[in-house]
Amino acid sequence: MKSGSNLENMLAAGHFAVTAELGPPKGTDVEVLRKKAKFLAGASDAVNITDNQTAVVRMSSIAAAKIAIDLGLEPVMQMVCRDRNRIAMQSDLFGAAALGIKNCLFISGDHQKAGNHPEAKCVYDLDSIQTIAMARKMRDDKKVLSGDELEGDFPLFIGAAWTPLGDPLDIRPLRLAKKVAAGADFVQTQAVYDVVAFAAQMKAAGDLGLLDKTKILVGVIPLKGVGMARYMQKNVPGVTVPEPLVARVKAAGKEKAAEEGIKICIEVIQQLREIPGVAGVHIMAIEWEQKVRSIVEGAGLLPRPTV
Amino acid sequence: MIVAERKPYDEIRKMTSSFANILVFGCGGCVTVCATGGEKDAEVLASQMTISDGVEGVPRTFVVKTVERQCEKEFLEEARAEIEAADVVLSLACGAGVNLLADTFPAKIILPAMNTTFLAANDGPGVWVERCKGCGDCILHLTGGICPVARCSKNILNGPCGGTHDGKCEIGDDVDCVWTLIVERLKSLNLMDKYVEFTAAKDWRPGGHGGPRKMVKEDLSV
Repeated sequence: MKSGSNLENMLAAGHFAVTAELGPPKGTDVEVLRKKAKFLAGASDAVNITDNQTAVVRMSSIAAAKIAIDLGLEPVMQMVCRDRNRIAMQSDLFGAAALGIKNCLFISGDHQKAGNHPEAKCVYDLDSIQTIAMARKMRDDKKVLSGDELEGDFPLFIGAAWTPLGDPLDIRPLRLAKKVAAGADFVQTQAVYDVVAFAAQMKAAGDLGLLDKTKILVGVIPLKGVGMARYMQKNVPGVTVPEPLVARVKAAGKEKAAEEGIKICIEVIQQLREIPGVAGVHIMAIEWEQKVRSIVEGAGLLPRPTV
Repeated sequence: MIVAERKPYDEIRKMTSSFANILVFGCGGCVTVCATGGEKDAEVLASQMTISDGVEGVPRTFVVKTVERQCEKEFLEEARAEIEAADVVLSLACGAGVNLLADTFPAKIILPAMNTTFLAANDGPGVWVERCKGCGDCILHLTGGICPVARCSKNILNGPCGGTHDGKCEIGDDVDCVWTLIVERLKSLNLMDKYVEFTAAKDWRPGGHGGPRKMVKEDLSV
Protein backbone atom coordinates (compact mmCIF):
# COMPACT_ATOMS: atom_id res chain seq x y z
CA MET A 1 0.00 0.00 0.00
CA LYS A 2 1.21 3.45 -0.84
CA SER A 3 -0.82 5.31 1.74
CA GLY A 4 -3.34 2.86 3.14
CA SER A 5 -6.12 5.37 2.45
CA ASN A 6 -9.70 4.22 2.18
CA LEU A 7 -9.70 5.27 -1.48
CA GLU A 8 -6.59 3.24 -2.22
CA ASN A 9 -7.99 0.22 -0.38
CA MET A 10 -11.33 0.42 -2.20
CA LEU A 11 -9.63 0.54 -5.57
CA ALA A 12 -7.17 -2.22 -4.64
CA ALA A 13 -10.09 -4.42 -3.59
CA GLY A 14 -11.63 -3.91 -7.01
CA HIS A 15 -14.64 -1.94 -5.80
CA PHE A 16 -16.11 0.73 -8.05
CA ALA A 17 -15.05 3.86 -6.17
CA VAL A 18 -17.12 6.98 -5.54
CA THR A 19 -15.56 10.34 -4.76
CA ALA A 20 -17.30 13.68 -4.42
CA GLU A 21 -16.24 17.30 -4.19
CA LEU A 22 -16.33 19.64 -1.24
CA GLY A 23 -15.42 23.28 -1.79
CA PRO A 24 -14.09 25.12 1.30
CA PRO A 25 -15.80 28.35 2.39
CA LYS A 26 -14.72 31.81 1.23
CA GLY A 27 -13.73 32.59 4.77
CA THR A 28 -13.56 30.95 8.16
CA ASP A 29 -17.09 29.57 8.45
CA VAL A 30 -16.52 25.93 9.38
CA GLU A 31 -20.30 25.44 9.45
CA VAL A 32 -20.21 25.43 5.62
CA LEU A 33 -17.93 22.40 5.76
CA ARG A 34 -20.08 20.69 8.40
CA LYS A 35 -23.22 21.09 6.31
CA LYS A 36 -21.64 19.77 3.13
CA ALA A 37 -19.90 16.96 5.00
CA LYS A 38 -23.28 15.71 6.29
CA PHE A 39 -24.51 15.29 2.73
CA LEU A 40 -21.40 13.43 1.63
CA ALA A 41 -20.78 11.12 4.61
CA GLY A 42 -21.57 7.55 3.70
CA ALA A 43 -22.28 8.52 0.09
CA SER A 44 -18.67 8.61 -1.05
CA ASP A 45 -15.37 6.89 -0.31
CA ALA A 46 -13.41 10.15 -0.26
CA VAL A 47 -14.10 13.83 -0.87
CA ASN A 48 -11.95 16.20 -2.88
CA ILE A 49 -11.11 19.39 -1.04
CA THR A 50 -10.54 21.99 -3.71
CA ASP A 51 -7.63 24.41 -3.55
CA ASN A 52 -8.85 27.96 -4.15
CA GLN A 53 -10.81 26.80 -7.17
CA THR A 54 -11.35 29.30 -9.98
CA ALA A 55 -8.58 31.30 -8.27
CA VAL A 56 -11.00 32.72 -5.71
CA VAL A 57 -9.57 32.87 -2.18
CA ARG A 58 -11.01 30.24 0.13
CA MET A 59 -10.00 28.38 3.26
CA SER A 60 -6.82 26.42 2.50
CA SER A 61 -7.35 22.89 1.25
CA ILE A 62 -4.96 21.58 3.91
CA ALA A 63 -7.01 23.07 6.78
CA ALA A 64 -10.34 22.09 5.24
CA ALA A 65 -9.02 18.55 4.61
CA LYS A 66 -8.06 18.22 8.28
CA ILE A 67 -11.52 19.45 9.30
CA ALA A 68 -13.04 16.88 6.91
CA ILE A 69 -11.07 14.15 8.69
CA ASP A 70 -12.41 15.39 12.03
CA LEU A 71 -15.92 15.22 10.54
CA GLY A 72 -15.40 11.58 9.62
CA LEU A 73 -14.64 11.99 5.92
CA GLU A 74 -11.56 10.94 4.01
CA PRO A 75 -10.17 13.86 2.03
CA VAL A 76 -8.43 14.02 -1.31
CA MET A 77 -6.52 17.24 -0.77
CA GLN A 78 -6.17 19.16 -4.02
CA MET A 79 -3.03 21.17 -4.61
CA VAL A 80 -2.65 23.61 -7.48
CA CYS A 81 0.62 24.85 -8.96
CA ARG A 82 -0.58 28.44 -9.31
CA ASP A 83 0.11 29.84 -5.84
CA ARG A 84 3.14 28.15 -4.33
CA ASN A 85 6.69 27.38 -5.30
CA ARG A 86 8.33 23.99 -4.71
CA ILE A 87 9.45 24.97 -1.20
CA ALA A 88 5.94 25.82 -0.03
CA MET A 89 4.37 22.85 -1.82
CA GLN A 90 6.68 20.31 -0.21
CA SER A 91 6.33 21.97 3.17
CA ASP A 92 2.54 21.82 2.90
CA LEU A 93 2.74 18.18 1.84
CA PHE A 94 4.74 17.36 4.97
CA GLY A 95 2.13 19.17 7.03
CA ALA A 96 -0.71 17.38 5.25
CA ALA A 97 0.88 13.99 5.91
CA ALA A 98 1.43 14.88 9.56
CA LEU A 99 -2.27 15.78 9.83
CA GLY A 100 -3.27 12.38 8.45
CA ILE A 101 -4.10 13.40 4.89
CA LYS A 102 -3.37 10.41 2.66
CA ASN A 103 -4.66 11.36 -0.80
CA CYS A 104 -3.62 14.36 -2.88
CA LEU A 105 -4.62 15.47 -6.33
CA PHE A 106 -2.10 17.64 -8.16
CA ILE A 107 -3.36 20.03 -10.79
CA SER A 108 -2.22 23.13 -12.67
CA GLY A 109 -5.14 25.16 -11.31
CA ASP A 110 -7.28 27.76 -13.01
CA HIS A 111 -5.36 30.84 -14.05
CA GLN A 112 -5.90 33.75 -11.68
CA LYS A 113 -7.04 36.07 -14.45
CA ALA A 114 -10.67 35.10 -13.83
CA GLY A 115 -10.30 34.89 -10.03
CA ASN A 116 -10.70 37.58 -7.37
CA HIS A 117 -7.02 38.59 -7.28
CA PRO A 118 -6.01 38.87 -10.95
CA GLU A 119 -3.20 41.27 -9.95
CA ALA A 120 -1.36 38.60 -7.90
CA LYS A 121 2.10 37.33 -8.84
CA CYS A 122 1.56 34.13 -10.78
CA VAL A 123 3.85 31.39 -9.43
CA TYR A 124 3.77 28.21 -11.52
CA ASP A 125 7.24 27.16 -10.38
CA LEU A 126 6.28 23.56 -11.22
CA ASP A 127 3.64 22.18 -13.53
CA SER A 128 1.25 19.43 -12.48
CA ILE A 129 3.35 16.61 -13.95
CA GLN A 130 6.51 17.88 -12.27
CA THR A 131 4.59 18.10 -9.00
CA ILE A 132 3.41 14.51 -9.32
CA ALA A 133 7.02 13.42 -9.95
CA MET A 134 8.13 15.40 -6.90
CA ALA A 135 5.49 13.80 -4.65
CA ARG A 136 6.52 10.34 -5.82
CA LYS A 137 10.15 11.09 -5.13
CA MET A 138 9.23 12.26 -1.63
CA ARG A 139 7.23 9.11 -0.98
CA ASP A 140 9.34 6.43 -2.68
CA ASP A 141 12.86 7.82 -2.39
CA LYS A 142 12.24 9.68 0.90
CA LYS A 143 13.86 12.72 -0.65
CA VAL A 144 12.73 16.23 -1.39
CA LEU A 145 13.12 17.55 -4.90
CA SER A 146 16.60 18.90 -4.24
CA GLY A 147 17.73 15.46 -3.09
CA ASP A 148 17.88 16.09 0.65
CA GLU A 149 16.48 13.24 2.71
CA LEU A 150 13.22 13.78 4.51
CA GLU A 151 12.58 12.87 8.12
CA GLY A 152 9.76 10.41 8.71
CA ASP A 153 7.43 8.55 6.39
CA PHE A 154 5.47 10.15 3.62
CA PRO A 155 2.56 7.87 2.77
CA LEU A 156 0.56 9.32 -0.11
CA PHE A 157 -1.88 8.12 -2.74
CA ILE A 158 -1.01 10.37 -5.66
CA GLY A 159 -3.71 11.69 -7.93
CA ALA A 160 -3.72 13.45 -11.27
CA ALA A 161 -6.42 15.13 -13.29
CA TRP A 162 -7.23 14.27 -16.88
CA THR A 163 -9.25 16.19 -19.43
CA PRO A 164 -9.95 13.29 -21.80
CA LEU A 165 -12.04 15.32 -24.22
CA GLY A 166 -9.92 18.47 -24.24
CA ASP A 167 -8.28 19.46 -27.46
CA PRO A 168 -6.00 18.53 -29.08
CA LEU A 169 -7.84 15.24 -28.58
CA ASP A 170 -5.05 12.98 -29.82
CA ILE A 171 -2.62 14.43 -27.27
CA ARG A 172 -4.78 13.69 -24.23
CA PRO A 173 -3.90 9.96 -23.88
CA LEU A 174 -0.20 10.83 -24.40
CA ARG A 175 -0.31 13.47 -21.71
CA LEU A 176 -2.06 11.03 -19.40
CA ALA A 177 0.83 8.65 -20.08
CA LYS A 178 3.23 11.36 -18.89
CA LYS A 179 1.24 11.76 -15.68
CA VAL A 180 1.17 8.01 -15.07
CA ALA A 181 4.89 7.70 -15.77
CA ALA A 182 5.52 10.56 -13.32
CA GLY A 183 3.66 8.70 -10.58
CA ALA A 184 -0.12 9.13 -10.78
CA ASP A 185 -1.69 6.28 -8.77
CA PHE A 186 -5.18 7.45 -9.55
CA VAL A 187 -6.80 9.85 -11.96
CA GLN A 188 -9.92 11.97 -11.70
CA THR A 189 -11.23 13.33 -14.97
CA GLN A 190 -12.91 16.51 -16.06
CA ALA A 191 -16.68 16.06 -16.37
CA VAL A 192 -17.79 13.60 -19.02
CA TYR A 193 -21.21 13.72 -20.69
CA ASP A 194 -20.24 12.26 -24.06
CA VAL A 195 -19.74 8.62 -23.10
CA VAL A 196 -19.00 7.42 -26.64
CA ALA A 197 -16.18 9.94 -27.18
CA PHE A 198 -14.82 9.18 -23.72
CA ALA A 199 -14.81 5.42 -24.41
CA ALA A 200 -12.63 6.07 -27.45
CA GLN A 201 -10.13 7.98 -25.29
CA MET A 202 -10.15 5.14 -22.75
CA LYS A 203 -9.42 2.71 -25.56
CA ALA A 204 -6.45 4.88 -26.56
CA ALA A 205 -5.27 4.98 -22.94
CA GLY A 206 -5.60 1.20 -22.77
CA ASP A 207 -3.55 0.83 -25.96
CA LEU A 208 -0.77 2.80 -24.21
CA GLY A 209 -0.91 0.31 -21.34
CA LEU A 210 -2.09 2.95 -18.85
CA LEU A 211 -5.15 1.19 -17.44
CA ASP A 212 -3.07 -1.40 -15.62
CA LYS A 213 -0.88 1.27 -14.07
CA THR A 214 -3.43 3.73 -12.74
CA LYS A 215 -7.03 3.86 -11.56
CA ILE A 216 -9.37 6.12 -13.48
CA LEU A 217 -12.33 7.78 -11.77
CA VAL A 218 -14.53 9.56 -14.27
CA GLY A 219 -15.85 13.01 -13.43
CA VAL A 220 -19.56 13.72 -13.67
CA ILE A 221 -21.46 16.93 -13.00
CA PRO A 222 -25.24 16.83 -12.66
CA LEU A 223 -26.96 19.43 -14.84
CA LYS A 224 -29.26 21.80 -12.97
CA GLY A 225 -30.91 23.20 -16.05
CA VAL A 226 -30.57 24.23 -19.70
CA GLY A 227 -28.63 27.36 -18.80
CA MET A 228 -25.98 25.33 -17.02
CA ALA A 229 -25.82 22.83 -19.88
CA ARG A 230 -25.24 25.62 -22.39
CA TYR A 231 -22.65 27.22 -20.09
CA MET A 232 -20.77 23.93 -19.78
CA GLN A 233 -20.89 23.47 -23.54
CA LYS A 234 -19.55 26.91 -24.34
CA ASN A 235 -17.36 27.96 -21.43
CA VAL A 236 -15.79 24.95 -19.80
CA PRO A 237 -12.75 23.78 -21.74
CA GLY A 238 -12.67 20.06 -22.42
CA VAL A 239 -16.35 19.50 -21.65
CA THR A 240 -18.77 18.55 -24.39
CA VAL A 241 -22.46 18.15 -23.63
CA PRO A 242 -24.16 16.21 -26.44
CA GLU A 243 -27.20 18.04 -27.84
CA PRO A 244 -29.69 15.19 -27.10
CA LEU A 245 -28.89 15.56 -23.37
CA VAL A 246 -29.52 19.29 -23.49
CA ALA A 247 -32.78 18.59 -25.32
CA ARG A 248 -33.86 16.23 -22.54
CA VAL A 249 -33.25 18.81 -19.84
CA LYS A 250 -35.12 21.37 -21.93
CA ALA A 251 -38.07 19.04 -22.58
CA ALA A 252 -38.40 18.37 -18.85
CA GLY A 253 -39.48 21.98 -18.34
CA LYS A 254 -38.17 24.44 -15.81
CA GLU A 255 -39.55 22.70 -12.73
CA LYS A 256 -38.36 19.23 -13.59
CA ALA A 257 -35.07 20.19 -15.28
CA ALA A 258 -32.96 19.49 -12.21
CA GLU A 259 -34.61 16.12 -11.71
CA GLU A 260 -33.90 15.24 -15.33
CA GLY A 261 -30.29 16.40 -14.87
CA ILE A 262 -29.86 13.98 -12.01
CA LYS A 263 -31.49 11.19 -14.00
CA ILE A 264 -29.03 11.85 -16.84
CA CYS A 265 -26.13 11.87 -14.38
CA ILE A 266 -27.19 8.45 -13.05
CA GLU A 267 -27.51 7.06 -16.58
CA VAL A 268 -24.07 8.42 -17.51
CA ILE A 269 -22.55 6.73 -14.44
CA GLN A 270 -24.17 3.44 -15.42
CA GLN A 271 -22.84 3.73 -18.97
CA LEU A 272 -19.37 4.66 -17.72
CA ARG A 273 -19.26 1.54 -15.54
CA GLU A 274 -19.47 -0.56 -18.69
CA ILE A 275 -16.29 0.95 -20.14
CA PRO A 276 -13.23 -1.23 -19.54
CA GLY A 277 -10.76 0.43 -17.20
CA VAL A 278 -13.19 2.76 -15.45
CA ALA A 279 -12.47 2.24 -11.76
CA GLY A 280 -14.89 4.71 -10.25
CA VAL A 281 -16.75 7.95 -10.53
CA HIS A 282 -16.01 11.44 -9.24
CA ILE A 283 -19.20 13.43 -8.63
CA MET A 284 -18.75 17.17 -8.77
CA ALA A 285 -22.10 18.52 -7.58
CA ILE A 286 -21.03 22.14 -7.30
CA GLU A 287 -22.97 23.81 -4.45
CA TRP A 288 -25.43 20.93 -4.82
CA GLU A 289 -23.85 18.48 -2.39
CA GLN A 290 -27.28 17.52 -1.03
CA LYS A 291 -27.95 15.69 -4.32
CA VAL A 292 -24.91 13.43 -4.21
CA ARG A 293 -26.52 10.71 -2.12
CA SER A 294 -29.49 10.33 -4.45
CA ILE A 295 -27.16 10.14 -7.45
CA VAL A 296 -25.02 7.46 -5.83
CA GLU A 297 -28.11 5.60 -4.71
CA GLY A 298 -29.76 5.88 -8.13
CA ALA A 299 -26.64 4.44 -9.71
CA GLY A 300 -26.93 1.43 -7.43
CA LEU A 301 -23.74 2.29 -5.57
CA LEU A 302 -25.12 2.38 -2.01
CA PRO A 303 -24.29 1.29 0.57
CA ARG A 304 -20.60 1.99 0.11
CA PRO A 305 -18.52 -1.11 0.79
CA THR A 306 -16.10 -1.07 3.71
CA VAL A 307 -12.56 -2.34 3.31
CA MET B 1 14.19 43.55 -28.93
CA ILE B 2 12.90 45.19 -25.78
CA VAL B 3 9.59 46.95 -26.03
CA ALA B 4 8.48 49.77 -23.79
CA GLU B 5 5.34 51.85 -23.78
CA ARG B 6 5.21 55.45 -22.77
CA LYS B 7 3.65 56.08 -19.39
CA PRO B 8 0.31 57.89 -19.29
CA TYR B 9 0.83 61.60 -19.81
CA ASP B 10 -0.76 62.54 -16.48
CA GLU B 11 1.66 60.30 -14.61
CA ILE B 12 4.61 61.96 -16.35
CA ARG B 13 3.20 65.44 -15.59
CA LYS B 14 2.84 64.54 -11.95
CA MET B 15 6.35 63.13 -11.49
CA THR B 16 7.94 66.12 -13.22
CA SER B 17 5.77 68.83 -11.66
CA SER B 18 8.30 70.13 -9.15
CA PHE B 19 11.18 70.57 -11.62
CA ALA B 20 11.91 73.65 -13.76
CA ASN B 21 14.64 72.45 -16.12
CA ILE B 22 13.91 69.07 -17.61
CA LEU B 23 16.01 67.06 -20.02
CA VAL B 24 13.67 64.95 -22.16
CA PHE B 25 16.08 62.20 -23.06
CA GLY B 26 15.31 59.90 -26.00
CA CYS B 27 17.00 56.62 -26.84
CA GLY B 28 17.98 55.49 -30.32
CA GLY B 29 17.77 51.78 -29.50
CA CYS B 30 14.79 49.44 -29.14
CA VAL B 31 12.34 52.18 -28.16
CA THR B 32 13.08 53.96 -31.42
CA VAL B 33 12.30 50.77 -33.34
CA CYS B 34 8.97 50.37 -31.56
CA ALA B 35 8.34 54.11 -31.96
CA THR B 36 7.73 54.97 -28.32
CA GLY B 37 10.91 56.50 -26.91
CA GLY B 38 13.07 57.71 -29.81
CA GLU B 39 14.05 61.20 -30.94
CA LYS B 40 10.65 61.98 -32.43
CA ASP B 41 8.82 60.70 -29.37
CA ALA B 42 11.03 62.80 -27.08
CA GLU B 43 10.27 65.92 -29.16
CA VAL B 44 6.55 65.23 -29.14
CA LEU B 45 6.54 64.72 -25.37
CA ALA B 46 8.51 67.95 -24.78
CA SER B 47 6.12 69.92 -27.02
CA GLN B 48 3.12 68.46 -25.26
CA MET B 49 4.54 69.45 -21.88
CA THR B 50 5.39 72.96 -23.15
CA ILE B 51 1.80 73.42 -24.30
CA SER B 52 0.43 72.16 -20.96
CA ASP B 53 2.74 74.54 -19.12
CA GLY B 54 1.48 77.41 -21.29
CA VAL B 55 -2.12 76.57 -20.46
CA GLU B 56 -1.33 76.30 -16.78
CA GLY B 57 0.83 79.45 -16.84
CA VAL B 58 3.93 77.85 -15.35
CA PRO B 59 6.43 77.75 -18.19
CA ARG B 60 9.48 75.56 -17.69
CA THR B 61 12.51 74.66 -19.79
CA PHE B 62 12.56 71.45 -21.76
CA VAL B 63 15.74 70.37 -23.50
CA VAL B 64 15.45 67.46 -25.89
CA LYS B 65 18.36 65.16 -26.55
CA THR B 66 18.62 61.65 -27.97
CA VAL B 67 21.65 59.33 -27.96
CA GLU B 68 22.23 56.11 -29.87
CA ARG B 69 21.62 53.86 -26.85
CA GLN B 70 21.11 54.80 -23.21
CA CYS B 71 22.25 51.35 -22.09
CA GLU B 72 25.90 52.13 -22.93
CA LYS B 73 28.07 54.51 -20.92
CA GLU B 74 29.97 55.90 -23.89
CA PHE B 75 26.72 57.13 -25.44
CA LEU B 76 25.59 58.65 -22.13
CA GLU B 77 28.86 60.58 -22.04
CA GLU B 78 27.79 62.36 -25.26
CA ALA B 79 24.94 63.90 -23.27
CA ARG B 80 26.90 64.68 -20.10
CA ALA B 81 26.65 68.48 -20.53
CA GLU B 82 22.85 68.42 -20.99
CA ILE B 83 22.37 65.92 -18.15
CA GLU B 84 24.43 68.00 -15.73
CA ALA B 85 22.69 71.23 -16.72
CA ALA B 86 19.20 69.85 -16.10
CA ASP B 87 17.37 69.63 -12.75
CA VAL B 88 16.08 66.28 -13.73
CA VAL B 89 16.39 63.75 -16.56
CA LEU B 90 13.19 62.30 -17.96
CA SER B 91 14.39 59.20 -19.77
CA LEU B 92 12.49 57.60 -22.62
CA ALA B 93 14.75 54.54 -22.59
CA CYS B 94 13.86 51.14 -21.19
CA GLY B 95 14.60 50.39 -17.54
CA ALA B 96 18.16 49.38 -18.41
CA GLY B 97 18.84 52.89 -19.69
CA VAL B 98 17.25 54.53 -16.65
CA ASN B 99 19.35 52.39 -14.32
CA LEU B 100 22.58 53.10 -16.16
CA LEU B 101 21.81 56.83 -16.01
CA ALA B 102 21.26 56.59 -12.24
CA ASP B 103 24.45 54.56 -11.79
CA THR B 104 26.46 56.96 -13.96
CA PHE B 105 25.10 60.23 -12.55
CA PRO B 106 24.74 59.64 -8.80
CA ALA B 107 23.81 63.26 -8.05
CA LYS B 108 21.07 63.49 -10.65
CA ILE B 109 17.39 62.64 -10.29
CA ILE B 110 16.40 60.32 -13.13
CA LEU B 111 12.73 59.76 -13.95
CA PRO B 112 11.26 57.06 -16.18
CA ALA B 113 8.89 58.15 -18.94
CA MET B 114 8.35 54.56 -20.01
CA ASN B 115 6.94 51.29 -18.79
CA THR B 116 9.31 48.60 -20.01
CA THR B 117 7.30 45.54 -20.89
CA PHE B 118 8.86 42.53 -22.59
CA LEU B 119 11.27 40.86 -25.01
CA ALA B 120 9.43 41.02 -28.27
CA ALA B 121 9.26 39.95 -31.85
CA ASN B 122 7.57 42.17 -34.42
CA ASP B 123 4.35 40.51 -35.54
CA GLY B 124 3.33 42.92 -38.29
CA PRO B 125 3.09 46.69 -38.61
CA GLY B 126 2.75 48.21 -35.14
CA VAL B 127 2.39 44.89 -33.35
CA TRP B 128 4.91 43.38 -30.93
CA VAL B 129 4.45 40.08 -29.17
CA GLU B 130 6.25 38.47 -26.24
CA ARG B 131 8.44 35.65 -27.46
CA CYS B 132 11.19 35.25 -24.87
CA LYS B 133 11.33 35.50 -21.09
CA GLY B 134 15.13 35.48 -20.82
CA CYS B 135 14.92 32.39 -18.58
CA GLY B 136 18.63 31.69 -19.12
CA ASP B 137 18.24 28.01 -19.95
CA CYS B 138 16.72 27.65 -23.39
CA ILE B 139 14.55 24.61 -24.12
CA LEU B 140 13.40 25.55 -27.60
CA HIS B 141 15.09 22.46 -29.07
CA LEU B 142 12.48 20.42 -27.17
CA THR B 143 9.47 22.45 -28.17
CA GLY B 144 9.89 23.01 -31.89
CA GLY B 145 11.27 26.51 -31.44
CA ILE B 146 8.10 27.76 -29.71
CA CYS B 147 8.51 28.87 -26.10
CA PRO B 148 6.17 27.69 -23.32
CA VAL B 149 8.02 29.77 -20.73
CA ALA B 150 7.22 32.99 -22.57
CA ARG B 151 3.93 32.02 -24.18
CA CYS B 152 2.09 29.66 -21.82
CA SER B 153 0.08 31.61 -19.23
CA LYS B 154 1.02 28.99 -16.63
CA ASN B 155 4.64 28.41 -17.75
CA ILE B 156 3.70 24.75 -18.17
CA LEU B 157 6.62 22.69 -19.46
CA ASN B 158 4.62 19.47 -19.95
CA GLY B 159 1.49 20.83 -21.58
CA PRO B 160 -1.16 21.41 -22.67
CA CYS B 161 -3.23 21.83 -19.52
CA GLY B 162 -6.96 21.19 -19.41
CA GLY B 163 -7.78 24.84 -20.06
CA THR B 164 -7.21 24.86 -23.79
CA HIS B 165 -10.19 25.08 -26.14
CA ASP B 166 -10.19 25.42 -29.92
CA GLY B 167 -6.49 26.16 -29.79
CA LYS B 168 -6.95 29.08 -27.38
CA CYS B 169 -5.85 29.65 -23.79
CA GLU B 170 -8.28 29.68 -20.88
CA ILE B 171 -7.33 33.27 -20.10
CA GLY B 172 -8.90 34.53 -23.33
CA ASP B 173 -9.76 33.76 -26.90
CA ASP B 174 -7.20 36.31 -28.07
CA VAL B 175 -4.37 34.18 -26.65
CA ASP B 176 -3.19 31.12 -28.54
CA CYS B 177 -2.61 27.96 -26.52
CA VAL B 178 1.11 27.69 -27.09
CA TRP B 179 1.09 23.97 -26.32
CA THR B 180 -1.38 23.41 -29.13
CA LEU B 181 1.04 25.28 -31.41
CA ILE B 182 3.98 23.26 -30.07
CA VAL B 183 2.22 19.93 -30.55
CA GLU B 184 1.12 20.79 -34.09
CA ARG B 185 4.63 21.85 -34.97
CA LEU B 186 6.27 18.79 -33.43
CA LYS B 187 3.84 16.62 -35.38
CA SER B 188 4.58 18.34 -38.67
CA LEU B 189 8.33 18.06 -38.06
CA ASN B 190 8.01 14.40 -37.06
CA LEU B 191 9.43 15.23 -33.63
CA MET B 192 6.71 13.83 -31.37
CA ASP B 193 9.30 11.82 -29.46
CA LYS B 194 10.23 15.18 -27.89
CA TYR B 195 6.66 15.62 -26.66
CA VAL B 196 6.53 12.28 -24.85
CA GLU B 197 9.73 13.05 -22.93
CA PHE B 198 9.20 14.36 -19.39
CA THR B 199 10.57 17.84 -18.86
CA ALA B 200 11.87 18.02 -15.29
CA ALA B 201 11.38 20.91 -12.86
CA LYS B 202 13.20 23.95 -14.19
CA ASP B 203 16.12 25.62 -12.49
CA TRP B 204 14.88 29.21 -12.34
CA ARG B 205 18.21 30.66 -11.13
CA PRO B 206 19.43 31.63 -14.59
CA GLY B 207 16.01 33.22 -15.10
CA GLY B 208 16.59 35.84 -12.42
CA HIS B 209 15.34 33.94 -9.38
CA GLY B 210 18.89 33.50 -8.12
CA GLY B 211 19.41 37.24 -7.84
CA PRO B 212 20.31 39.92 -10.41
CA ARG B 213 22.10 38.52 -13.44
CA LYS B 214 25.39 39.51 -14.97
CA MET B 215 27.31 38.35 -18.04
CA VAL B 216 31.07 38.79 -18.28
CA LYS B 217 32.89 38.16 -21.56
CA GLU B 218 36.49 37.71 -20.50
CA ASP B 219 37.86 38.52 -23.96
CA LEU B 220 36.12 41.91 -23.98
CA SER B 221 36.51 42.92 -20.35
CA VAL B 222 39.39 45.00 -19.10
